[in-house]
Amino acid sequence: MSGVNGGHGTNGSLPAPRGDNGAAGREEIIGVRRGMFGTRGSGDTSGFGRLVDPVVLPGGSPRPYGGWFDEVADELEGALEEQAEAGHGAGPADAIEKTVVDRGELTFHVRREHLLQVARTLRDDPALRFELCLGVSGVHYPGDQGRELHAVYPLRSLTHGRLIRVEVSAPDADPRIPSTVAVYPTNDWHEREAYDFFGIVFDGHPALTRIMMPDDWLGHPQRKDYPLGGIPVEYKGAQIPAPDQRRAYS
Amino acid sequence: MTDIHTEAGVRETTEGRVFTVTGGDWDEIVAAAAGRADDERIIVNMGPQHPSTHGVLRLILEIDGETVTEARCGIGYLHTGIEKNLEFRNWTQGTTFVTRMDYLTPLFNETAYCLAVEKLLGITDQIPDRASVIRVLMMELNRISSHLVCLATGGMEIGSTTLMIYGFRDREIILDIFELVTGLRMNHAYVRPGGLAQDLPSGAVDQIREGIKLLRSRMHEYDKLATDNPVFKARLVDVGHLDLAGCMALGVTGPILRSTGLPHDLRKSDPYCGYENYDFEVATADTCDSYGRFLIRLEEMRQSLRIVEQCLARLEPGPVMVADKKIAWPAQLAIGPDGMGNSLDHIRNIMGTSMEALIHHFKLVTEGFRVPAGQAYAAVESPKGELGVHAVSDGGTRPFRVHFRDPSFTNLQSMAAMCEGGQVADVIVAVAGIDPVMGGVDR
Repeated sequence: MSGVNGGHGTNGSLPAPRGDNGAAGREEIIGVRRGMFGTRGSGDTSGFGRLVDPVVLPGGSPRPYGGWFDEVADELEGALEEQAEAGHGAGPADAIEKTVVDRGELTFHVRREHLLQVARTLRDDPALRFELCLGVSGVHYPGDQGRELHAVYPLRSLTHGRLIRVEVSAPDADPRIPSTVAVYPTNDWHEREAYDFFGIVFDGHPALTRIMMPDDWLGHPQRKDYPLGGIPVEYKGAQIPAPDQRRAYS
Repeated sequence: MTDIHTEAGVRETTEGRVFTVTGGDWDEIVAAAAGRADDERIIVNMGPQHPSTHGVLRLILEIDGETVTEARCGIGYLHTGIEKNLEFRNWTQGTTFVTRMDYLTPLFNETAYCLAVEKLLGITDQIPDRASVIRVLMMELNRISSHLVCLATGGMEIGSTTLMIYGFRDREIILDIFELVTGLRMNHAYVRPGGLAQDLPSGAVDQIREGIKLLRSRMHEYDKLATDNPVFKARLVDVGHLDLAGCMALGVTGPILRSTGLPHDLRKSDPYCGYENYDFEVATADTCDSYGRFLIRLEEMRQSLRIVEQCLARLEPGPVMVADKKIAWPAQLAIGPDGMGNSLDHIRNIMGTSMEALIHHFKLVTEGFRVPAGQAYAAVESPKGELGVHAVSDGGTRPFRVHFRDPSFTNLQSMAAMCEGGQVADVIVAVAGIDPVMGGVDR
């Protein structure tokens, strides 16, 4: 670790820690939870009904990240810095929104404009070499204003035996994320799946069509505003409501 | 020319003439259809109800005579919305859903899901040893049963019914063990966040010992039947070629990746459930073809038997659920007059002696436990490749989002690369070598 840092130090190009960035450190509020027992429209006999609890996702982490995380972050930021200096591509401060270390996993939140550059760097840089992309997982955060749709890319490096995550967000009003098929062809079907289920439009995908749902389906079923559906069923004499009509505690 | 009307129905559509083929001599049909068409190009829809496509997989083949010039997959016929449904059940109920995804590898689905939930909860280190050993034991038995189905159906598709009978016969040994341990042959919901639904029942260890002895004595039958069989080799060797660069680009893992000679196996490279403590080899081949994948699966079954034996030796008495009573399901299962359920002693205890225990039990079962907000990715080496679970929690009692990176889904993308330029008959062999299970592909 020290060798890598030293190498950067002699070049005088050690990037500024992400903590200096305004976006880093800010926790991501994706919603507000009220009450405790999922009751609606009746008197609050428990006293817990007025609880208001923001739902907060882990925010950007300060350096050091620990373990090999610093090495990967240094290499990525260094490589982006070099590309920016050479005049093609964005620097780390522009490309990387924040770096999150949570539960022993490293996540780079990348601005969507620069996703392809970051993905290509992660794949091709000899010190990074994340050859294997493990697909795209769409997540819909309706409460995350202006960043409702997220695409999550787990990347594995067989060369170095490492696993990281790249996360990109797009607003619901403009659900566009550049396609990574040119860098990771495996994402062909994964991006079609994320489009089918979340309505994320992957710009530059060779054939962005539905993959699971019928071609003429309306709506994107795994978005939070898409109802689950279902009918009440009778079980041992009682009417059991459809799953999305049952009491939710969260 | 008129024969084709008896063999196949013909109708005109906006996209051209469509023939519906249900049987007969393929050569005659192709010749007749080619004679009637304006050019040599024919699009063949294989499936979604074709017996050789492993469930409801639709293969769209553009053929020129016997050569496949283009191949595409149509999937989605078995989409059941499991990921969406998970968001409306609590975290523990999730295992009952995910076990149904790839129905040939239920214990891998459950374990991968539970590892992700445990990572979110931050209790990965607290899982009791006995639970991890039993998870490994059940997964390795499951690996054998999954590979047996792959060999059996793959054999059947090229006309080797004996291989099919052998495979399903031996799989029965493992399903009997599963039935004894979990109560079900498939769809077990046995692995739970925090540990297991219950401990091994009495007699299970003996039956597993007997089972692996029997399986080991039968392993050589597959060698005798297929490995050096010239007909079998003629169908598999050099079919479904995909090299390392292709595998990396297409995200292919599992036996297909190992058939290129790269010994990548998450059990070695990124161990979970204590795999670093077991002694086994990663099987590889350097042929990049279906035959190499067949040999790898045979060898993996032998290695799995080794691991199962080591598991039996490592089994120490102890709990199979985390000690944290806020997470551990409070059930103590026993066989009652109406089947398996909570033991009457346990019910008598919580109902009769402790109001707090009753409240706690009720809350945990109806409401479930809360998982701190955040996301986690956990992966296991399933028989088909890397099975990854991306789980997101918003701090509630239900998953906010669970995504399964099913290896069948990703590996199936390589079908076009393997089949284009080959013969129609080789498509069957190549797809069988991928071993896609549509329950996992479509989820």
